[in-house]
Amino acid sequence: MNETVKTKSQLRHETLQANLVERYASKGCVVTFALGEVTMVIPREHLLSIATELRDDEAFLFEELVDACGVDYAGYGESEWMTQEASAAGFSRGVDRHIIDVSARGENDRFAVVYHLLSMAHNQRLRLRTFVDATQPIIDSVVDIWRGADWFEREAFDLYGIMFSGHPDLRRILTDYGFVGHPFRKDFPLEGNVQMRYDAEHGRVIYEPVSLDPRVLVPKVIREDNRFVSNAQQDSTDA
Amino acid sequence: MPEIRNYTLNFGPQHPAAHGVLRLVLEMDGEVIERADPHIGLLHRATEKLAESKPFNQTIPYMDRLDYVSMMCSEHGYVMAVEKLLGVQVPMRAKYIRTMFDEITRILNHLMWLGTHALDVGAMTVFLYAFREREDLMDCYEAVSGARMHAAYYRVGGVYRDLPEVMPRYANNQFRSDADIARKNETRQGSLLDFIEDFANRFPGLVDEYETLLTDNRIWKQRTVGIGVVTPERAKQLSFSGPMVRGSGLAWDLRKKQPYAAYDKVDFDIPVGVNGDCYDRYLVRVEELRQSTRIIKQCVQWLRENPGPVIVEDHKISPPARDYMKGDMESLIHHFKLFTEGYCPPAGEAYAAVEAPKGEFGCYVVSDGSNKPFRLKIRAPGFPHLAAMDEMVKGHMLADVVAVIGTMDVVFGEIDR
Repeated sequence: MNETVKTKSQLRHETLQANLVERYASKGCVVTFALGEVTMVIPREHLLSIATELRDDEAFLFEELVDACGVDYAGYGESEWMTQEASAAGFSRGVDRHIIDVSARGENDRFAVVYHLLSMAHNQRLRLRTFVDATQPIIDSVVDIWRGADWFEREAFDLYGIMFSGHPDLRRILTDYGFVGHPFRKDFPLEGNVQMRYDAEHGRVIYEPVSLDPRVLVPKVIREDNRFVSNAQQDSTDA
Repeated sequence: MPEIRNYTLNFGPQHPAAHGVLRLVLEMDGEVIERADPHIGLLHRATEKLAESKPFNQTIPYMDRLDYVSMMCSEHGYVMAVEKLLGVQVPMRAKYIRTMFDEITRILNHLMWLGTHALDVGAMTVFLYAFREREDLMDCYEAVSGARMHAAYYRVGGVYRDLPEVMPRYANNQFRSDADIARKNETRQGSLLDFIEDFANRFPGLVDEYETLLTDNRIWKQRTVGIGVVTPERAKQLSFSGPMVRGSGLAWDLRKKQPYAAYDKVDFDIPVGVNGDCYDRYLVRVEELRQSTRIIKQCVQWLRENPGPVIVEDHKISPPARDYMKGDMESLIHHFKLFTEGYCPPAGEAYAAVEAPKGEFGCYVVSDGSNKPFRLKIRAPGFPHLAAMDEMVKGHMLADVVAVIGTMDVVFGEIDR
């Protein structure tokens, strides 16, 4: 029974992919189907018009926005440890943290906003991805299309610094009052920049530069695993 | 004539009815709420950022600490996303174990919700009843994983180990009489499955007990009927899921609509509300307690009859058995590589969602072909629910805010992440 359910879901999503290609390929959208999920990359200028159609059109009816989040693609596919050839530095446990060069990615492929949509009527899911400029990450807000986007967009703003024009109340949401920086960007250190303690002399809580040393417990490694060759080819159009 | 003006009330973050660290800034006109502005993030631990710095396996324990009253369901969402990336097929027995523990977790969560919701609204006794049963279920967690709450029992490719043959018993001690210990050990003479089955047999009667206290209770109905009404259209618009959307009359449950684990092989019903108020959501959740018991019984039956592996045999993904590791070089290498480096799924992205007790818990994992997730986004069900706070309490009294917080079943571990 599991098999039939899966194939049905796959058929539905293949039809969805075909519909999307037919409708939106001319607008510069790229539709991919991998791991049973449909992904559509939308040019920024068409986001609002296409999103409205996806919600209202009988063929799609994506009435619910399940999730929206920012992604920072800086350092995508870079590893901390060479695995193809032997390293000259020897086999040591202390691997230095790889410093990600954020300017290595192009202006228009560092930050993206990813939306996950759900159509209860057709029992389908769809992922939308829109890239934004790295220096001026501004994108139209979809709050008027899906009210639930409100906090998701605030979160993406807080963590990635992506601005949503037309958002009614774009404030920080998860980080502390008065926090500086956007912590989920790849160039923001895991340890943070400041630490906080109670200072008896001043009689208040003070902030000071973080004293933790950055360290790598498990280096990031990319291995070409033969078992996944077929999957990898299927996914090569992604991201 | 005295001047009438709005004032702002600060609710929480240290308030017994705030269910953790919720700070609500309420603009009030007399006792009526004009605007509610929840301030969250006081429990923000950057779980997603931490996940980016660790191999895939090491993130599983963080999942327990997201929604710390429905631990295994969060684990399930994460391991499903990684399995999707890897293309791993989970053994059938592991699927049934996961289904059974998902439902045990659902009961755990709903009991916590029922107890605290009733306590907030003014009924003390339900809380004590609910915690009595939670104790038994936590013993199931402990028997299978060694931990009462943060189990880390689900692993990529299956579950950590098979169900134990012997249910741990209480030892005699100086704090309890021997007769008391013997009574507590009565149901623990057999295996874990025997214990769970015994629980599933007596639990519907216990749900009846909770219902006698609440369902027709005049005060309970006065406090919940017509409070926090959400229409089906608004529920979709506000990204609701789980009991919040079913309470509004939409028959949407991932276990039925997009079945995972063994949910397409067990028989159960989806309760649906009519009015979309707090009382309907209460009824939906109480019925879910009964339906979960039904699923658990079917799983116990199946698990008794079908022994088999509980995790994939592929030692690139699951560790080899301890005794192999001691005597076999290849197993030792596998073990070493798995725990020092982990596995590298192919580049790509996957979103997997489970029907957690609070709603749709989803994990969106982006992999760049390395041994760590490039990006992990946790879609917590409570996050959009709490975002709708303003809309749900507008025009209600201050006391109703507490009922609405209760009905949302918010837990800050998952909302703040």
